[in-house]
Amino acid sequence: MTMIFGVPVAVFMGQLMLGLINGAFYALLSLGLAVIFGLLKIVNFAHGAMYMLGAFATLLGMQYLGIGYWAALLLAPLVVGALGMVIERLLLRRIGHLDHLYGLLLTFGLALIFEGSLVNVFGVSGARYPTPEALQGGLQLGFMFLPTYRAWVLVAALVVCLGTWYVIERTRLGAYLRAGTENPALMQAFGVNVPQLITLTYGFGVALAAFAGVLAAPLYPVSPTMGSNLLIVVFAVVVIGGMGSILGAVLTGLGMGLIEGLTKVYYPEAANTVIFLVMILVLMLRPAGLFGKEA
Amino acid sequence: MNQLAEQTGVTHYRDHDGAEMLRVSDLHAFYGESHILHGVDFEVRRGELVTLLGRNGAGRSTTLKSIMNMVGRRTGSIMINGNETLDVKPHRIPRLGVGYCPEERGIFASLDVEENLLLPPTVRSGGMSIDDIYAMFPNLYERRRSQGTRLSGGEQQMLAMARILRTGARLLLLDEITEGLAPVIVQALGEVLVKLKERGMTIVLVEQNFRFAAPLADRHYVMEHGRIIEEISAAELPSRREHLHSLLGV
Repeated sequence: MTMIFGVPVAVFMGQLMLGLINGAFYALLSLGLAVIFGLLKIVNFAHGAMYMLGAFATLLGMQYLGIGYWAALLLAPLVVGALGMVIERLLLRRIGHLDHLYGLLLTFGLALIFEGSLVNVFGVSGARYPTPEALQGGLQLGFMFLPTYRAWVLVAALVVCLGTWYVIERTRLGAYLRAGTENPALMQAFGVNVPQLITLTYGFGVALAAFAGVLAAPLYPVSPTMGSNLLIVVFAVVVIGGMGSILGAVLTGLGMGLIEGLTKVYYPEAANTVIFLVMILVLMLRPAGLFGKEA
Repeated sequence: MNQLAEQTGVTHYRDHDGAEMLRVSDLHAFYGESHILHGVDFEVRRGELVTLLGRNGAGRSTTLKSIMNMVGRRTGSIMINGNETLDVKPHRIPRLGVGYCPEERGIFASLDVEENLLLPPTVRSGGMSIDDIYAMFPNLYERRRSQGTRLSGGEQQMLAMARILRTGARLLLLDEITEGLAPVIVQALGEVLVKLKERGMTIVLVEQNFRFAAPLADRHYVMEHGRIIEEISAAELPSRREHLHSLLGV
């Protein structure tokens, strides 16, 4: 059997693939955080809860309304995104003029409320969501076995990330977003409804988290705490990539997933901490993050 | 997405057919607790170029910002094109055909020159085409792919003005456009203002550089301590130049 540094190729590639899948989730979530932070300057601690709500919406939609996976892929982000817009409109907007720390506290509180309420109803053990029929099975690539669903997650996450990057960097709406991030008052003086832009941006960032939640539902147990477990790592990813950088969030997300996967192969004990080690290193050497601009 | 920029809501603004473009009456403005404007009164007729002169801190920039609803609180009256705008939200004011060029220019670093130029949404029909604008500002065409803030000060100023010409605004509020620029650029800006007047634009110019403003303007308002203290027409200017200099402390 072919070996790579003393590890069978299949094992090596398998872990790399797992790392890449995790990385895709990191990328989707940190992308949403970066988009939200850019315009609202709020560190959205409710992001994990929104991811979890996306997964729950998928699960409950199937159980109670008979909504299938593909419909959920569209509907769950819409529903959770709408919830996000309501949260922005009713809560976040009221504290927009205060120190950004209040936004962090408020969203953290919201996350606890969402989590706690769902724990009350469903418990913490979590439920399984079946892999959609069309994506069952896998491909034998010769050097490794690739489950179809995982390949799909990777492709879907990358397409959404690139699409988001394209919209923000290459379109007029994106130019509004970037300009609004820099100088919201002047954007208003040009006739752009900035408060509305902020609501839509928050809704969109949250919808990205919910989309990740739908993708995650067939992979991981759907439980009220699934978001908070992931969010800590995602914040480390955001710190490494640099707050507010779109492409940085995506690349760092994927990269950190890979590093995690590689660590699992060679030194499994450190797999859960390696991202935080990288974070410490980056903070020491480049405090603004790999892709962040020095203030 | 264009809804964001283009919805004007239920209010339908009308074009006043009279000669008056802007009338500010008893305008008071506040930033938090500080009371900046203490009853500003002036009017600008259609097609006029009017300056707001005065020393630093006299309230000239705040007057422009108040018209754009960018200050904390305002009382009094601001009629734009026959519409009372004191209760109009900031993003609706440009829809009345107002273009604002801030003192700090406000070029966006995350956008290239052309993106900066195309950024302000069209507020009315009849704006200048992008080709017309590039013809008026050839430097901007050459540097259209550069990052907005990589431009020289003069080019940034050109860009800050050019981008509001595209939107169809008919009333331009220009804040200290010559500040810190080389004489040759200042002269070019003067030529641009003459062309804009020929196109029928109404212009309110906040200026420190009186020698720049004098030959261009139809009338001058002098501000001090948040009030208009003097109005001088272009015809009166030669006889009152000494007086004006003493007011401005130049």
